[in-house]
Amino acid sequence: MSFLLKMFFSFFQIGLFSFGGGYAAIPIIQSLIIDKLNWLDISEFLNLITIAGMTPGPIVINAATFVGIRLNGFLGAIVCTLGSVAPSLIIVLLLSYLYKKYKNITIVQKLLGRLRPVIVSMILSAGLGILVMTVFNSESYKMIDFANVRIVELLLFAISLYLLRKYKINPLLIIFGSGIIGTLIYLIG
Amino acid sequence: MKKNDLEFYWKLFSSMFLISMSTFGGGFVIITLMQKKYCDDLHWINRDEILNLTAIAQTAPGSLAVNASILLGYQLKGIKGALVAALATIIPPLLIISIIAMFYNAFIENRIVKIALQVMRSGVAAVIFDAVISLMKDVLKTKDILNITVMIIAFVASYFINVDTIVIISVCLALAIAIELISQKQSEKTI
Repeated sequence: MSFLLKMFFSFFQIGLFSFGGGYAAIPIIQSLIIDKLNWLDISEFLNLITIAGMTPGPIVINAATFVGIRLNGFLGAIVCTLGSVAPSLIIVLLLSYLYKKYKNITIVQKLLGRLRPVIVSMILSAGLGILVMTVFNSESYKMIDFANVRIVELLLFAISLYLLRKYKINPLLIIFGSGIIGTLIYLIG
Repeated sequence: MKKNDLEFYWKLFSSMFLISMSTFGGGFVIITLMQKKYCDDLHWINRDEILNLTAIAQTAPGSLAVNASILLGYQLKGIKGALVAALATIIPPLLIISIIAMFYNAFIENRIVKIALQVMRSGVAAVIFDAVISLMKDVLKTKDILNITVMIIAFVASYFINVDTIVIISVCLALAIAIELISQKQSEKTI
């Protein structure tokens, strides 16, 4: 029971601190679930982010379900997922009440505006870690060993980023495209 | 519960379920889909309400999809509506990822799956960097020295000094509240 509670409140924290939605959850999952609690290893974490990018639904829910099921089966998945959305339910309803009462939530929006630079940095930090581990095939966020550089991954990253910036291609296509092209290169090469 | 109520909840649940099924990777798509369904098709809510709802959903922590669905449900039928809409949003990813997680160990041993997941990380990293670049441009555009300084310090603290993400966000949230309170007091004085 106490372990289920721990699972619930770990994902409660993730839900509570992922301001700015979507990618904002990645750095918090990384620091709490991977680094602190060791509930997933690095390779599982990277696979999880990849799977989350290809399936419907928010990353937080995908992560909560994936971690929950590995820790405690389907019950674990439900507990973690409910934990991750509980803060949303409370805060969103509170904000909506304040909005109805005062007809504006500018103070809260101003606070979020002040928080935005920090959130950007956190996502950048997590993204850089993911990139380093992908391109240098390392098991740590910062281990850069040029002897281990994977040219295929580096090129796929550069081309993908270029296509995303320049032509605003659908991210789903980018992920599947890099998967198909990369796999073919490795199988043939 | 009246028959009409049941019909309403079922319609809310099934439509939200379908919307959630079709928002790959999450994000802003859900607002567009909700607008199409609940403004244009069902006329349950008007465009202004969707805009307000989006503003609140973006301000609260958590995913935009879940926040927006909670607000929509609440607007239509109070707490019960909020719970029904939230469940309908959560269940599709919960089921899909559960199935993937159950077969994960068998999947991951396959050589081709292993290679595919490894190379796809490049695409995922690119998608994350694309988002970060856009967000960063927005921050730089404000030309606010405080914002830019905070951005650099937070990055160094996180990536190079390994300060806990939750600690960084909490400290910055506390600072932001302090700044807002001081600036409000000052504006009260000038009045």
